[in-house]
Amino acid sequence: MAKTLPKTDIVLVGVGWAGGIVAAELTKAGYNVVGLERGKERSTNDYFMVHDELRYSERYEMMQDLSKETLTVRHNVKKRALPYREWGSFLLGDGLGGSGVHWNGQLYNFLPYDFEIYSKTVERYGKGKIPEGMMIQDWGITYKELEPYFNKWHEMSGVSGEPNPLPGSPQVKYPTKPSMETPPIKLFKKAAKELGLHPYQMPSNNLSETYTNPDGIKRGACQYCGFCERFGCEYGAKADPVVTVIPVAKATNKFDVRTHSVVRRVLHKDGKATGVLYTDITTGEEFIQPADVVVVSAYVLNNVKLLLNSKLGRPYDPVTGKGVIGKNYAYQMNYGGATGFFDEKFNMYGGAGALGSNLDDYNGDYFDHSKLDFLHGANIRLQQLGNRPIMNNAVPEGTPAWGKEFKDKSVEYANRSIFISGQGASLPFRDNYLDLDPTYRDAFGDPLLRMTFNWKDQDRNLAKFIGQKAGEIVKQMGAKEVLVGGQKVGDYDLRKYQSTHNTGGVIMGADPETSALNSYLQMWDCENVFVPGASAFAHNSGLNPTGTVGALTYRAAEGIAKYLKQGGSLV
Amino acid sequence: MKWGFFVSINEKKLNGIEDNTRRTFMKNSGLTLGGLIVGGAVGSLLGKKPMTKTEQASAPMMHEMAQNPNKALMFFTPDEFKVVEAAAEQIFPKTDVGPGAKELLVGYYIDHQMAGTFGNNSREYMTGPFYPGEATPELGYQTHLTRKEVMTLGIKALNDEAAKRFKSKFNELKEEQQIEILKDFEANKVNIKGAATSGFFFSLLRKVTIEGAYADPMYGGNKDMAGWKMKEFPGHQGSYVNVLDKDFQKIEPKALNSQHSM
Repeated sequence: MAKTLPKTDIVLVGVGWAGGIVAAELTKAGYNVVGLERGKERSTNDYFMVHDELRYSERYEMMQDLSKETLTVRHNVKKRALPYREWGSFLLGDGLGGSGVHWNGQLYNFLPYDFEIYSKTVERYGKGKIPEGMMIQDWGITYKELEPYFNKWHEMSGVSGEPNPLPGSPQVKYPTKPSMETPPIKLFKKAAKELGLHPYQMPSNNLSETYTNPDGIKRGACQYCGFCERFGCEYGAKADPVVTVIPVAKATNKFDVRTHSVVRRVLHKDGKATGVLYTDITTGEEFIQPADVVVVSAYVLNNVKLLLNSKLGRPYDPVTGKGVIGKNYAYQMNYGGATGFFDEKFNMYGGAGALGSNLDDYNGDYFDHSKLDFLHGANIRLQQLGNRPIMNNAVPEGTPAWGKEFKDKSVEYANRSIFISGQGASLPFRDNYLDLDPTYRDAFGDPLLRMTFNWKDQDRNLAKFIGQKAGEIVKQMGAKEVLVGGQKVGDYDLRKYQSTHNTGGVIMGADPETSALNSYLQMWDCENVFVPGASAFAHNSGLNPTGTVGALTYRAAEGIAKYLKQGGSLV
Repeated sequence: MKWGFFVSINEKKLNGIEDNTRRTFMKNSGLTLGGLIVGGAVGSLLGKKPMTKTEQASAPMMHEMAQNPNKALMFFTPDEFKVVEAAAEQIFPKTDVGPGAKELLVGYYIDHQMAGTFGNNSREYMTGPFYPGEATPELGYQTHLTRKEVMTLGIKALNDEAAKRFKSKFNELKEEQQIEILKDFEANKVNIKGAATSGFFFSLLRKVTIEGAYADPMYGGNKDMAGWKMKEFPGHQGSYVNVLDKDFQKIEPKALNSQHSM
């Protein structure tokens, strides 16, 4: 029998970026917040031994324990879904700060085109341009409306960057100077400019200099140590919730964080949530935490799973097209890239998660799609992440995957290869969706989430185009050999790491019939439940998602405060 | 087992110690040197020829044996170890540019990994039902077998294939024969008796071989950071702030033990 605890104003399911921002903003406004986090406490002291590629990158130290819970995956509705048994395609973090700790820190505002993708596509190309089954829709908010919230993120986290030189793109002013220009970055910029493109330094949440934010949080500069993605930052230079928003919330004495607490249900009655049911996995005890507002702020996939298992909201049905929970699952098309092999050596062993240069000439609708067989595009970038030796073994085309030739070439090119990648958009389709698995269960006996997903012609054509563009750039940089990717994309391959940019499933919009949330990320069907996170994205852009998650969450936090005062639907 | 292993790995180098060990074993086991030895690991050890003069231990060898307790086995039998070491050496061979798997102690690394959480699939979803037959490769790990079980089956299959084709153990084959068999494993052309394909086993073997060449030396491979030195990877460094804006700079690697002093 679950023990019922005293009621609080707001309860958070998950304390990553979304939960952390809500906690900071609402405790500052005087509300009491309880944060339930399934993983453990984290601090920068944890990372004394962090420069360990095997432990963090290959054995997934920062990620959820799949033996307790995973999801199942299939390529289409006719197949039996099978469990995602070992980490591969995407990596879900746990612990305080969630996936906001092991990220790279590449920080973008989604494009103005993204928020009005349906209207703008129809306006420029006509309805016929949208292929059968593609579910793009407007987000119910515009870039202009979101701009102040993007700025809030930039100031809180101290984004380092410079304005985008592409004509017609928003001119963002960042609070800290751009990150370091290394020889490969200079080479990329020079080559791209020679091709008539518009490169700029990648906007970075790895601080380029010491920075004090409006909350008084002071953090030091990035050391370019080369251990960023999949790792925690021992310097606190990479923005993560543990070194930014969580201490602000804690300082108010109004934030009660409970780690090792797995939320299993959102409890609701007569269309309103009453609280959540959770298990303390250190004691095995069950608790009910009543609250005026429930914020579902776990990872994208866990948000969807929790709502479905809680029977909250209308589950999406791909046959009728009705329902909303689980709809518009999208991912990231990252196959469009090219590797260049050079004679000269670069310091590729070092770097940072967001050290690089990039361009948006082939992103969004900044280029004409009338003669192209896909919509949207990709941010094309050079990233200098630090080529850690287990994971990075680039070899020219035709080289075997092992043996003498492989060994010699992978050693030769360790510091002589440069990868230009495309962060490709992923647009939603009617039969790419999320629901509950009929067979497989988690450690508590609850159904796992089931993902039905495969690449479409849209994705394959996009990857092919972007791969060729990336190839042109790396050739212009002087590579003696170029390996172009994305030319033949097969079925979605769960074994190969691609991206932890899963999006959708609890999407925002202007119409309750086709979306789960309004523009404050408040559930249409349950006014005191808010669901911040990339699960709210109606599609995924050709950019990293965290900046947009942050902006939408700042707006949601404002909405929660408003709701606690006035009640009712905010839209 | 403990004594038997000790002798088998080191007897070629350490004739004197081997003899002592043999005597100790005899004494403890109640056997006599003149007695009949029946089969098994012990028998084969005792049946080995004494070392020649040139094979005998040098002082540095003695020192290394005393200094590197990682050179011991947690999981493989000595025979399995020899197969893994030979296969890993073909995957990542010694060449002009630097050491191969054997010299980097990759075999010991793989042994230690199989004995621990990774080999036991402690952090993977291992709940049934399993449908390895209907799963396409893109859906990844779908066997009920743990990695160490796959490894054991794979090693046996390498030996079976070696016996079938060349009437020999895998580790005693010529280089080109080992490569021929490994290529067929990689291409899924060999049938493993168990719920895993030869390609699946090969990809696991390749993965742990590369790891053993380049993981921090505390895991037992990458001996003396020679993998990192070869690849010009500096290992654990606190900062590259004064390096990255310049042309290529070679930096002597450091391992995590440089960070740890307590």
